[in-house]
Amino acid sequence: MESEALERYLDLAEQMEVHHNPEVAELFRKMARVERKHVEKILERVGDKDLPHIPPWEYQWLGEEAAEAISNEDVHYLMTPHHALTLALGAERRAFGFYTRVVETVEPGELLELARELMEEEREHVALIEAWLAKVPEPADDWAEDPDPPLLQE
Amino acid sequence: MTAKDDETPSLSIALTGSGGAGVITAGNMLLEAAAKAGCYGLFARSSGPQIRGGEAAAMVRLAKEPVAAPGDVFDILIAIDWHNIDRFAVELPLSTESLVIADPSQGELPEVIAASGARIAELPLKDLAKTVAKGRPNMIALGVVAGLIGLPDEVADEVMARALKKRGDEALAASRDAFALGVEAAGTMSFDGPDLWTRAATRERWIINGNEAAGLGAVRGGVRFVAAYPITPATDLLEWMALNLQRLGGALVQAEDELASINMIIGASYGGTPALTATSGPGLALMSESLGLAVASEVPVVVVDVMRGGPSTGIPTKSEQSDLNIALFGLHGDAPHLVLAPTSVSDCVFTTQWAVTLAEALQSPAIVLSDQLLGQTRAIVDRPTDIAFVSQRVTADAGAGEVRRYALAGGGVSPMAIPGAPGAQYTADGLEHDERGLPSSRAGDHVTQLDKRAAKLDGFDYGNHWAEIEGDGRRAVVAWGSSTGAVREALARLGSRGHEFRLVSPRLLAPAQPARWTEALEGVERALVVELNHSAQFYRYLKGYCDPPCPVDVYHRPGPLPLRVGELVAEIEKWSRS
Amino acid sequence: MTSSPAPIPGLTARDYKSEVKPVWCPGCGDFSVLSAITKALAELKLPPEKVSVISGIGCSSRMPAYMNSYGFHGVHGRAVALATGLKLSRPDLTVLVTGGDGDGFSIGGNHFLHACRRNVDMTYIVMDNQVYGMTKGQPSPTTEPDWDSALSPGGTGLRPFHPLVIALASGANFIARGFSGDPNGTARLIVDAIRTPGFSFVEVLSPCVTFREDQRGWKKIVRPAPVDPTEDIGRAARRLMTDDGFNLGILYTGKRKPYQLRLDAVEEEPAALETQFVV
Repeated sequence: MESEALERYLDLAEQMEVHHNPEVAELFRKMARVERKHVEKILERVGDKDLPHIPPWEYQWLGEEAAEAISNEDVHYLMTPHHALTLALGAERRAFGFYTRVVETVEPGELLELARELMEEEREHVALIEAWLAKVPEPADDWAEDPDPPLLQE
Repeated sequence: MTAKDDETPSLSIALTGSGGAGVITAGNMLLEAAAKAGCYGLFARSSGPQIRGGEAAAMVRLAKEPVAAPGDVFDILIAIDWHNIDRFAVELPLSTESLVIADPSQGELPEVIAASGARIAELPLKDLAKTVAKGRPNMIALGVVAGLIGLPDEVADEVMARALKKRGDEALAASRDAFALGVEAAGTMSFDGPDLWTRAATRERWIINGNEAAGLGAVRGGVRFVAAYPITPATDLLEWMALNLQRLGGALVQAEDELASINMIIGASYGGTPALTATSGPGLALMSESLGLAVASEVPVVVVDVMRGGPSTGIPTKSEQSDLNIALFGLHGDAPHLVLAPTSVSDCVFTTQWAVTLAEALQSPAIVLSDQLLGQTRAIVDRPTDIAFVSQRVTADAGAGEVRRYALAGGGVSPMAIPGAPGAQYTADGLEHDERGLPSSRAGDHVTQLDKRAAKLDGFDYGNHWAEIEGDGRRAVVAWGSSTGAVREALARLGSRGHEFRLVSPRLLAPAQPARWTEALEGVERALVVELNHSAQFYRYLKGYCDPPCPVDVYHRPGPLPLRVGELVAEIEKWSRS
Repeated sequence: MTSSPAPIPGLTARDYKSEVKPVWCPGCGDFSVLSAITKALAELKLPPEKVSVISGIGCSSRMPAYMNSYGFHGVHGRAVALATGLKLSRPDLTVLVTGGDGDGFSIGGNHFLHACRRNVDMTYIVMDNQVYGMTKGQPSPTTEPDWDSALSPGGTGLRPFHPLVIALASGANFIARGFSGDPNGTARLIVDAIRTPGFSFVEVLSPCVTFREDQRGWKKIVRPAPVDPTEDIGRAARRLMTDDGFNLGILYTGKRKPYQLRLDAVEEEPAALETQFVV
């Protein structure tokens, strides 16, 4: 889940760069760096153990809400940092929700410890993003307006 | 009739008939028998549009030396009936020295035949055939011809035995008897022809038509994948390949249309297998866009265009040389590519093989302009020489580092990775691209790639194969494709009258190569282009693109009638006096 | 499924992506399809150099450049023919064809029909956004009849093409529908499609964020197909003829043998062909 989120943030950052939205691109890169820390932490814990291979469609989320990653379809080339943070917030909340459910269901042990840690970190992330969001301006009414029409490419 | 001194001694024989008369079979047997007796020759046919039972003419020319053009007049015309003879009477020129054998039960002699002044001999072919159990008039006719021309006995028998083996002893006996009757009847007619039988052939000879020859050339060149859509007159080339590719571990796939065939062969070639298709004018027109894809993505393919009467549906069963323009200029954008034209039936082997080799070496599509005359004329030829070409596709090995599929070095030819090679993956593209193969609309990249694709063709050393240059003289005749045969014979005739001409017959039509033309026409005061199309396509191309060093004129007319030697002798003589 | 090369341990989806940054509009469903394809290939552990991705013209046809496999970006409508020639002559490769609804069902319609008929082993992934995106928004064969556009004001008035029905009728051996909003589910369909021998057709509903904003609503309409995939062609036909275009999953999976060429070990050399001509 974390590496999926990492990959997604990197992809979205790239998309924003190609479409000349550097502010949001940088924002996504920041989020990617945060996710990378999570991935590294988990891999550290895994150590030499062989992780079972689970095909991506077989992940179970213990609830309705799935993946932490932002959906590809929710972005827009003119999106503002406010939009991006709102989406990131949603993602972090879902991640928090997931780890909370793990904590609530799992037996005491190594897994519970890890889940608790991650749950706390996600709680922090949620707070971080909420604070960040409060600081960025809300999108103007005409945020999606582009005076140029779409262009023929081929 | 004796040959004129300046003419190749030869005999031209036509058999005509309709409604299942079987003249094509008889004509074919005549050719094969003559071949066994040491002759050279050729066999063409003409027919109505019916699939079966239509009117047909088998036209055979036999000679002691190889011939590549029809005779000026027919020495013998044997008609089983006269149905619809008007359709091809003009293809059966006769003179006062010709002998026409007709069946009186088939009605009066047609006006056009009578007007020729030919000698007429009457023979009741149909009634005679009835006197033999299961006898057929076409075998009687074959016997008459054999008797008149002095065909040695054993060869006809050998050919009949082989052809009728499958139909059983009764059919063979019937044919033999009918044939014998014909030979006997010939004894009652007077005919004075050249002796074609006195020299034993020393060289290995083949009977082959241009379509088969092109197929053989293709597989000699390495083709192992063909995708095809049938079209007259290319279909028999494809059928030959379907059968023979299998023996070599290759295959032919029938596609749903020409758009699919050209793309399938591009796909196969991209995957590393030399690939080819064959079509005619209408099919080549459909393939234009994708040929451009092959140019832009630098994928080799060969398309054999067996030209027929155009434009549009045109005259599908007749020959013409009118697809030159679309072969040269039919691709949109600046899209240099290879265009070749075999100069004879036999040369279809070499030129197609060469086209495959060049396409592979230069990573370019090659169009081979054959035509119906070459494709469907069965000729007795000397065994075509085996040429082992060294050129091969330059491939990229498993790579390390950045892939530069379209890099500039190496005279314009850049190594091509074959799918499966690790570390060398790239995406071939019709979009303009940079040296790495990534799409680019930049001016610099466009010029670079255009220069590359032109330079690789222009800078290649094609050697002496590019044209057949023969003879000397202050005047030259330039012919291409199937016109070469008739021109060559015309020049030989003129030569024996003391008139010298140089013959230039290019195999490689594109790229244009002005420097080679200057070389080929060095010392020539004036040149005459001869071609079979209405708008003098090659003449205009030569003048516009090849920078000839001397003034050039043209003698041209459209199909469907082939150029005749006598016609060309007259035209060339007239021109040489101007 | 081709004769498998030795699987490579540890390949992730990212290993199948190239360095080239897609130019698709942010929000385009094709990003998810790229993700689904690369995940599928990683699941199957196919070496990238043994995979070929063939495309035509259109936004979704840009796919090959964004992948680390061998690719061919051909001309409009002919990708399936290109792929057929490649696969028939190189049965060892895994061949994918990617493109859109215009490229595949309009100009490419004839080749689509015959590819289903021919049943060569390959997987055709069509990103259906019911519009011609690359050329600025004209109706495609799958567009609804009343969709207004500059080229066809008021709508075409034409009944939309139903590619799954055509695929079934023409002989495709595997027919599925995915949705870009569910990249993992689509990845699974693609894995199954590649594993199933013969011509596998996967239509992926992939919204066009620029010209069909109304398609954002698709995520609320699509649903997993309410029935299991069937092998019964009659049943599949009845289902597909009444399908509303939003049922996801494998809808038909057949048992037709794939068409292959008999490219055996070479038996003879060209010289052996000459005897047939000798007098």
